[in-house]
Amino acid sequence: MIVLLGVLVVILGFATRRNPLLVVGVAGIVTGLLGKLSPVEILRTFGESFASSRSVTIFAITLPVIGLLERNGLQQQARTLIGKLGTKLTTGRFLTLYLLLRQLTAAVGLQTIAGPAQSVRPMIAPMAEAAMERRNGDRPLPQKVREKVRSHAAGTDTVGLFFGEDCFLAIGSILLITGLVNSSYNTHLEPLHLALWAIPSAVCAFFIHGGRLLRMDRKLERELVTANAEMTVAHEDSRQEGEAK
Amino acid sequence: MIKSEWFFWLVGAVFILMAAQMLTDRTNTKRTGTAVFWGLLGVCFFYSTWVNEKTAPAEPLGIAVLALICIGGFNLTGKGKPNTTTESQRVQLAARFRGKLFIPALTIPVVAMLCAVVIGKWEIGGTPLLEKGSETILGLGLGAIVALCVGMWVLRERDVRVPLHAGRGLLESMGWALLLPQLLAVLGAIFEAAGVGTQVRKITESILPDGQKLAAVALYCAGMFVFTVIMGNAFAAFPVMTAAVGWPVLIEQMNGNPAAILAIGMLAGFCGTLCTPMAANFNLVPAALLELKDQYGPIKAQAPTAVAMLGCNILIVYFFAF
Repeated sequence: MIVLLGVLVVILGFATRRNPLLVVGVAGIVTGLLGKLSPVEILRTFGESFASSRSVTIFAITLPVIGLLERNGLQQQARTLIGKLGTKLTTGRFLTLYLLLRQLTAAVGLQTIAGPAQSVRPMIAPMAEAAMERRNGDRPLPQKVREKVRSHAAGTDTVGLFFGEDCFLAIGSILLITGLVNSSYNTHLEPLHLALWAIPSAVCAFFIHGGRLLRMDRKLERELVTANAEMTVAHEDSRQEGEAK
Repeated sequence: MIKSEWFFWLVGAVFILMAAQMLTDRTNTKRTGTAVFWGLLGVCFFYSTWVNEKTAPAEPLGIAVLALICIGGFNLTGKGKPNTTTESQRVQLAARFRGKLFIPALTIPVVAMLCAVVIGKWEIGGTPLLEKGSETILGLGLGAIVALCVGMWVLRERDVRVPLHAGRGLLESMGWALLLPQLLAVLGAIFEAAGVGTQVRKITESILPDGQKLAAVALYCAGMFVFTVIMGNAFAAFPVMTAAVGWPVLIEQMNGNPAAILAIGMLAGFCGTLCTPMAANFNLVPAALLELKDQYGPIKAQAPTAVAMLGCNILIVYFFAF
């Protein structure tokens, strides 16, 4: 039972936001000692499992070509491409389309062409807001609605990434599974099979989240109406207060 | 035959070359620590070959891994100022190259798939061209090399130091986080060696009614979800829950399909990531970037999808993995 304290070290370490590398190192040593491994055996386990899990880190080999493409405007071109799709769409439809694109590009290994900093802040959130503003007679959105549109822009990006990337066979999570299973359980799993099994969930995620986004359109429009009504009332209240002074 | 070890050497060599560039980078105040970290990692990639073959002792490698943990953990790595193009230059370059920019990026997955599906079956004089069991990994490596050649050709770039420098910029900005998934795999192996899995297995066996497939599947997926919410990282939850329920109960005892159970179990963990402020980079950073008043806005937008997807994942495993 006492070796379970090792799991506790991990939980406490992550919960108190210590540096994850140190958490992993300390938890490994503590668990090894509690499990009655000698210090030499712990070192040997560290070494042997590192050697057999190198495949987790090999995606670094793609960095030079990605870096080369980025310095030649890959992200900017992606922006132009998505920008062309942006007119005549409601917020929900636009975000659903982005969800699909994000899932598909992540599924072929292009996880880094989009993201909160690369695409959501510069393109997706402004375009989603602009689509909602058209519904609001081109007036700026009330604070509450604007917050929701922006939150959904960020949320859609993350959902699309999470339920797309695992369909790509060389992503960290897939390689972690094969690395762990192949080194700890003496068996052999092919990354391709794991990636194929991520597809059903990816399809479900598209329909669930896409459905929610389309429903959001109507919900936010109703909120726009009430918020605008409240704003008119508040406006008149303040005018009356002004007169009372 | 092309061996996977050759490819690990290539990755190691790239790390060492980048470390050499880092050492001379005067814009990085922590250049020594950074160069030692990536250089040592590169050396470990070579040394591991002989550890795997059992022709070299594993203990020195263990010491090196602990050294990497300390260098990264105590913040001795940093990043320089990459010598790269400005935003306006990039807009001009994008207007010039347009769709061509996507060709090299798409080359990587295409070559990786080709190697896994077609080239993996090729044989020369009875021996397979690609080492058996490593087709996907070699595909990624070959894909990256082909993509780099295609990219340099398409973009008329003749100097190979340019992509190396650009890649090093990305490496430095990711920093030690790049090594975390591998170290979590290492931690999983130590958990297994120390008997954590056996212990959690005993606990789960005592609470799980015998042969209750749906309960076991739900426990595995919900466990991934809860552990991920607590730790903020599905990668950290995965070794624990797999050792406790996934491997012993679902795969060994109930003869489940390992690829399906583990892949979908990881996705159940991702549902947890969507709901937790612990996963700062996915949930709190976007809120800050979008200047939201409510920093939990993205989590609120994601949570209903996450809960519905947890249910879907449980059902997919239950109906299709056995």
